[in-house]
Amino acid sequence: METIVQNMQGVPLTHYILFCSLIFTIGVIGVLIRRNIIIIMMSIELMLNSVNLLLTAFSVHSGDPSGQVFVFFIMALAAAEVAVGLAIIVMVYRNTQSVDINALNRLRG
Amino acid sequence: MDLVWLIPLLPLIGFLINGLGRNVLPKAGVGIVGCGVVLVAFLLGCGVFSSVYAARQAGEAASFTLPVFDWISAGNLHVSLSFLVDPLSAIMLLIVTGIGFLIHVYSLGYMHHDAGFAKFFAYLNLFIFFMLLLVLGSNYIVMFIGWEGVGLCSYLLIGFWFKNSSYANAAKKAFVMNRIGDLGFLIAVFGIFATFGTLEFSGIFPEAAKMASGDTTLLLITLLLFVAATGKSAQIPLFTWLPDAMAGPTPVSALIHAATMVTAGIYMIARSNILFTLSPITLQVVAAIGICTALLAAAVAVTQNDIKKVLAYSTVSQLGYMFLGLGVGAFTGAFFHVLTHAFFKALLFLGAGSVIHAMSDEQDMRSMGGLKKQLPVTYVTMLIGTIAIAGIPPLSGFFSKDEILAHAFAHSNVLWVLGFIGALFTAFYMFRMLFLTFFGQFRGTAEQKSHLHESPATMTIPLIVLALLAAVGGLLNVPAALGGGEALAGFLEPVFADSAAKMGPIHLEHSTEYVLMSVSAIAAIVMAVVAYRQYVSKAVVPDADEAPRGVLSRLSYHKFYVDELYDALIVRPLNALSVFFYRHVDKSGIDGFVNGVGKATGESSKGIRLLQTGNVGFYIFMMVIAVAALLAYGIFNG
Repeated sequence: METIVQNMQGVPLTHYILFCSLIFTIGVIGVLIRRNIIIIMMSIELMLNSVNLLLTAFSVHSGDPSGQVFVFFIMALAAAEVAVGLAIIVMVYRNTQSVDINALNRLRG
Repeated sequence: MDLVWLIPLLPLIGFLINGLGRNVLPKAGVGIVGCGVVLVAFLLGCGVFSSVYAARQAGEAASFTLPVFDWISAGNLHVSLSFLVDPLSAIMLLIVTGIGFLIHVYSLGYMHHDAGFAKFFAYLNLFIFFMLLLVLGSNYIVMFIGWEGVGLCSYLLIGFWFKNSSYANAAKKAFVMNRIGDLGFLIAVFGIFATFGTLEFSGIFPEAAKMASGDTTLLLITLLLFVAATGKSAQIPLFTWLPDAMAGPTPVSALIHAATMVTAGIYMIARSNILFTLSPITLQVVAAIGICTALLAAAVAVTQNDIKKVLAYSTVSQLGYMFLGLGVGAFTGAFFHVLTHAFFKALLFLGAGSVIHAMSDEQDMRSMGGLKKQLPVTYVTMLIGTIAIAGIPPLSGFFSKDEILAHAFAHSNVLWVLGFIGALFTAFYMFRMLFLTFFGQFRGTAEQKSHLHESPATMTIPLIVLALLAAVGGLLNVPAALGGGEALAGFLEPVFADSAAKMGPIHLEHSTEYVLMSVSAIAAIVMAVVAYRQYVSKAVVPDADEAPRGVLSRLSYHKFYVDELYDALIVRPLNALSVFFYRHVDKSGIDGFVNGVGKATGESSKGIRLLQTGNVGFYIFMMVIAVAALLAYGIFNG
């Protein structure tokens, strides 16, 4: 067990931070650019996962397990959110026969 | 005496009954209520007067204050509704209720065919109520309530036939001019309160008697009070409302604009006589304006052709004489003239009303003539009234006018000469009016001639009573020079005692007085003869309105263009100012600002609405930007 922790601590923290920021940014860009709702949901999951990874890294590097506990919370939340989000997408598809977000502009002022 | 509070209350009750029941009460009921309350008030007033008279005979000061209730009590200001009964207010009380009662009876006949009969009596009773408050008030506030109230009733009664817009305008003019005077009264009251700390007469006048003559505060206060008097009593510059007020029914002109309301200014100055005595500059102003008004109005009356306008200008002129009397210190003389003027001017107006009634509402004297055959009672009573106002002895006008002129002579010869000239005019235009109306051939239409009839008893009996009073009223104050007892002067002595002490008695030899009296009496008779030769012997009829006239005649006929002057100087600039405020301040400015706020909200909302694209991607983008901004804020400021 300690070897895993030591190996993990062998990777410098800055690498983790940079890596997770990058993944997060990719997730954000995906949300902003893509037109397919399902791809947007995937990008949101990507953002959540990058945050999970970063939290775990911080937890290992500071020896405090509360980071990993928080990761569990985030995973549970992500699951619930995906369930609701997919249900909404199914309803939208049934009404507009499309998963293009630009089709949902009926609230235009 | 304890029932003094009942005296103003009764006309108020009459007003309420007739006013509220005007559509349901029968005419007889209205008449009984309307005249009855004033009669009872008069009888109570007689009782009050006899108490005061008895007190005066016993040598007391005869000044009774009867509080009714405490009204205002705020800090140092204590105002109560309380009545002051003393010789001055007792006489005014009798004038108001007595002549008021006669005019009420007259109105029974005169207004009988009018649809607003009950409303008329309600307004008349309301007027009597306010006038009684004015004369019986024991402090300036109660007097002011009455002061404003009579102005209101004047408006209501002048504009009684309000469907005619020129009558309504005349009522508005009277009210606005009165209000200008009221402003002076109010500021004077503020000054009095600031100086004396109380508004009760019994608190102010003894304190004032201790002040020095020529005190500046008193000067300002008295000047402001005089401004109020010029508004109420139609002196220069606020006199033009009175001739226009002839738009009202003739009993109104008799009651309000001859006998009572217009004398309120003189009563107020007589009541505050100590304040005026201590301000000699104000007294000079009073005398100067009084004589100027007397002459101006007399000069205008000479060429007027409407019988009521002649009497209106005559009233303004006689009021000028009263102010002249006050200005030269003849307080008793001025008040005596108030009394005799009430008798003969009310008589003349009621007589004119009788003539107008007989002439089927014609008021132009050029259409009258030879009426003495058909209206004998009216003729005889108006003859008595004309002789009285012209100042021919032994009728009342001679005694009162002569007392004023004697004091004027003692003060300044110039004032006497000007007053004498005014008296010449007075005699001339009054006899001109009499001759044009009653002598010569009838100049009206055949239709009018067939309707000529003497007025009913309700109208002629008041005429007879007033004629008797005008004839013998002079005996109230026969001067010492003629061996009289000066009863009125003795009766009023405590009211003017402080002033008399400060001014000192006038020194006029009896021989000088005889000369003055005979000169004015003879001059009046001469002018009467001149008028006779002009209008009866030569049967001159005044020209039509469009006929060319000489310069003086034109000036007089057009009332010296005073109305046009006021129109150009005051009315037009005010109207222009009002239009400016309406267009640029109200419509463009304030409305623009308020509407602008609404418009700005609308426009900004139109712009912000464009944010609602309905595009989910745009919304997400905005969310990201916002989070980034918050993050940046947190990093740099946190």
